[in-house]
Amino acid sequence: MTAQPYRLAEGGVIDRTRPLSFSFNGRRLTGFAGDTLASALLANGVHLVGRSFKYHRPRGILTAGTEEPNALVQLETGNRSTPNLKATRVELYDGLAATSVNCWPGVRFDAGALIDAVHRMVPAGFYYKTFMWPRGGWHFYEKLIRRMAGMGRAPEGPDPDRYDRTNAHCEVLVVGAGPAGLAAARAAGRSGTRIILADEQPRPGGMLLNVTDTKGEPGADWIGDTLSELRSMPNVRVLTRTTVTGYFDHNFLVAVERVTDHLGPDAPAHLPRQRLWRIRAARVVLATGALERPLVFANNDRPGVMLAAAARAYVNAFAALPGRRAVVCTNNDSAYEAALDLHRNGVEITAIADLRTDPAGPAAEAAAAAGLNILGGHAVVDTSGRRRVRSAQVAGIGADGSLEGPVRALHCDLVLMSGGWSPAVHLFSQSGGRLRYDDALGVFLPDRARQPVQCAGAVNGADGTAACVLQGQDAGSGNRPAAASAPAAPEAGSHWPIPARNRSGEFRRFVDLQNDVTAADIALAVAEGYQSVEHLKRYTTLGMGTDQGKTGNVPGIAVLAGSLGAPLPAVGTTTFRPPYDPVTFGAIAGRDVGPLADPVRETPMHAWHVEAGAVFEDVGQWKRPFYYPLAGETKRDAVARECLAVRNAVGLMDATTLGKIVVSGRGAVAFLNRIYTNAWDDLEVGRCRYGLMLGEDGMVLDDGVTARLATNRFLMTTTTGNASRVLAWLEEWLQTEWPDLDVYLTSATEQFATVALAGPKARAVLSGLTSDIDVTTEAFPFMSWRSGHVAGFPARVFRISYSGELAYEISVPAAHGLSLWAALSRQGEDHGITPFGTEAMHVLRAEKGYLMVGQETDGTVTPIDLGMQWILKKKKDYIGRRSLARSAMLDPLRKRLVGLRTEDPELVLPEGAQILPTAPSGPPETMIGHVTSSYWSGVLRRSVALALVKGGRDRETTTVHVPLDGRTARAEICDPRFYDPDGARLRG
Amino acid sequence: MLLISCPWCGQRDESEFTCGGEAHIQRPPDPDALSDPEWADYLFMRTNPKGRHRERWCHTHGCGRWFNVERHTLTHDIISVYRMGEGPADDGDGDPS
Ligand SMILES: [Zn+2]
Repeated sequence: MTAQPYRLAEGGVIDRTRPLSFSFNGRRLTGFAGDTLASALLANGVHLVGRSFKYHRPRGILTAGTEEPNALVQLETGNRSTPNLKATRVELYDGLAATSVNCWPGVRFDAGALIDAVHRMVPAGFYYKTFMWPRGGWHFYEKLIRRMAGMGRAPEGPDPDRYDRTNAHCEVLVVGAGPAGLAAARAAGRSGTRIILADEQPRPGGMLLNVTDTKGEPGADWIGDTLSELRSMPNVRVLTRTTVTGYFDHNFLVAVERVTDHLGPDAPAHLPRQRLWRIRAARVVLATGALERPLVFANNDRPGVMLAAAARAYVNAFAALPGRRAVVCTNNDSAYEAALDLHRNGVEITAIADLRTDPAGPAAEAAAAAGLNILGGHAVVDTSGRRRVRSAQVAGIGADGSLEGPVRALHCDLVLMSGGWSPAVHLFSQSGGRLRYDDALGVFLPDRARQPVQCAGAVNGADGTAACVLQGQDAGSGNRPAAASAPAAPEAGSHWPIPARNRSGEFRRFVDLQNDVTAADIALAVAEGYQSVEHLKRYTTLGMGTDQGKTGNVPGIAVLAGSLGAPLPAVGTTTFRPPYDPVTFGAIAGRDVGPLADPVRETPMHAWHVEAGAVFEDVGQWKRPFYYPLAGETKRDAVARECLAVRNAVGLMDATTLGKIVVSGRGAVAFLNRIYTNAWDDLEVGRCRYGLMLGEDGMVLDDGVTARLATNRFLMTTTTGNASRVLAWLEEWLQTEWPDLDVYLTSATEQFATVALAGPKARAVLSGLTSDIDVTTEAFPFMSWRSGHVAGFPARVFRISYSGELAYEISVPAAHGLSLWAALSRQGEDHGITPFGTEAMHVLRAEKGYLMVGQETDGTVTPIDLGMQWILKKKKDYIGRRSLARSAMLDPLRKRLVGLRTEDPELVLPEGAQILPTAPSGPPETMIGHVTSSYWSGVLRRSVALALVKGGRDRETTTVHVPLDGRTARAEICDPRFYDPDGARLRG
Repeated sequence: MLLISCPWCGQRDESEFTCGGEAHIQRPPDPDALSDPEWADYLFMRTNPKGRHRERWCHTHGCGRWFNVERHTLTHDIISVYRMGEGPADDGDGDPS
């Protein structure tokens, strides 16, 4: 076992009896149970953990929490690999393997770091300025830039883990289990109503966990007492490792619980890896705390430069020393406590450079009493050290904010900084709450709420544990938390950024460490006119990383305010948007993956199709046989064979999936008259009619055949993919516009199995299976239906055709579908009956020039465009009629349906191909239309295509040009009815 | 995500509903009497207020009924819910707060 040279002998929450082995960039190291990856790395003296996004500068660990911008790692390999996790929040488990992101070939030597040498050539807006030339060049550069930029790699295979999603309701949701949150949950819990307390840490306690000496304020005992009381309340649910990441309308919040992430491969199989909580809360208490801000000085990004409170957390909670010799730079009191805690644990505090000219008060007194060297009116103005900070340059700062006096280099391996604290107002802002800038505290605080939400504790400006507990109690009981007593304001205003001692340093004062945005970038953006904070953000990418600028945003706003010479509140903040913390796709998808992603609908005959070797096509949620290849057959062969069987003998197709809606009631005829473009009054019982449905804008919505079952009862069919949409459309009109119409709609799609029997031998096959239906053409003409028995099953038989051949559609109760199919197959054997799929159906209908909704139509096509004026009844009003009379609809240059006959009969044009009136001569070309359907026609021994072309059939017999990959095809515009244009076959 | 009270089923998540846009737009009884611009106004033009808005919703994944919702477009507060053919309880058009 390797030693952990920076581990303290005692203290912290780590379990020294459970050493854990892990690897970082291939190096084997040891930590303890209770460590984060970051604390374990620090205990081993590892500070260089990654490279920055843009300049590939060496980076270390800045924070001890969710706000970490730098220490991003790729965890594990293969299909369990996860990119861009924060080392500060990855809990250590045995065998953990992590690597750095943003570096190639390795973190110690990274080729991309050459960019840093030419730093000033890559300013803000660089990508916009440089790579947009020449036009289209971005697509070339983007690939290179993305490879350089990195940010981790996607896993190599499907995620093998399981994720869950759960809904929860509560009277009070408390976010954050620090002193304020714990107090709020306890106060709320005593009411007996449902309470959820969610906290992102493995252990409740918040910042209190990082404090060893509470100076008489509530501490570890108080946490223990409060937790045991909460755990004794059956109405309280405490969720740890749970980040509330989104706050939406009507108090709906989303949280991610990392259930087994911290167990690694040892996770029990019955538990999900993560669980997404969808919480609806009557009331929310936000006790989200505050985040420490970095200071903006030259080279403030080197490994070993750390937030003061983070260093305190590593020493106190993890017993890991982040260094042995530290220089502190601060503008407020909180860094003194950190300095004292480090000092007590043997870290030499070389100096505390305080930007305030005369640091006074108990913090400074305690530090002075401990013998620490306090330099008032001083700051760290630069650092040195390549892969780890080696010294800090300290100088005086004058009243005007400029550098004053000599610069002293102080040898150190750690620089602590504190730029004050920003209340974590993210969720409050997401909830629609307004923020206000508090001059006394120098922070943005929650102001007016828009939803039932209260803030308590540090997020609300409370200072100190006792104040947080009081606010939490108030908020938990439903009272307005008492106002915080304002501590002395940090004199921060003039020190954003801290002056640099040379030009090199001026360009390396980092504001947003993850996106490598510097104070110079902000100044440049301002000079170039990007003065609104929202513009600045987009131009410089400030705050647009995976950390959403949790540490850098407020310093960025302060630097912007300084550049503009405007007060900070006038600059304002950018909008806080969900998620507060990145959410995995796994957690969002939950169990809705693979076969559970979407329901699959199968017809009663599905097993037969599978047995027959059908290739399936997804139509909506339905699985439909696409074609049935025989051994060795290509798709084209199989489809051609199926089509010829229908043209020359008989085929059968599973038509179960067509939507079926029963329209009944005294108003049924009137309803159909309004919904369809044609008239329905004269349709006799026993007859069917084709109908076309339009939107109110006159565009084709759906089509299908409707049969009159009885005087006031009709059976409407819809296209497969539109069944539910059409039913919803009909319901909408009935409920909202015509509630007086006596009409009832019932979906009957799944009640019946339907088989289409098509081809010249169809009658012969059907007649052999029915004794009570007269199938002669006189008794059972085209566009009529009969009821009786087929193969012994009660059946409705419709004589309708989509193939242009003599055809019947036979519907039986769904349970008999498979038997009917089998009986028809047997009965048709001698006639060469052939099952055919949707592709053959498409070819057969295209040969006839029949439209297919969704293929010839796309929501911009009218019946006139399709040459279907014959179906538009003039004497009645129907949905869409008035729109067809708009002048633009009558433009003769609208795209209209035509047939296309390619010069080369073997060539099947690609659907979607553009059509030009002349041979291409270079862009811009004149495009007059596009191919909508295109197939090989076995019966015609040539290709057939349908197209929408400007001018339509006025162009008949003219030649058009279709550019393809590397060549141009010629085709002639023709009648779209390629086969049996007079329809003799289907009436026979 | 909104919490919507279906007049038939009670409070449900927004995900069970479909929004049908502005309410109380009646289909003109005689479309032929309208000029093209008047017809286009019925067909396409909708108000887009910052404030109270009456709109139609359908409880698609519930009872399937259409009803009306008066919602504040800025705060998403639901001011009233009423059935088809009814008017909102409060006819005012001021700010709800
Ligand atoms: Zn309902």
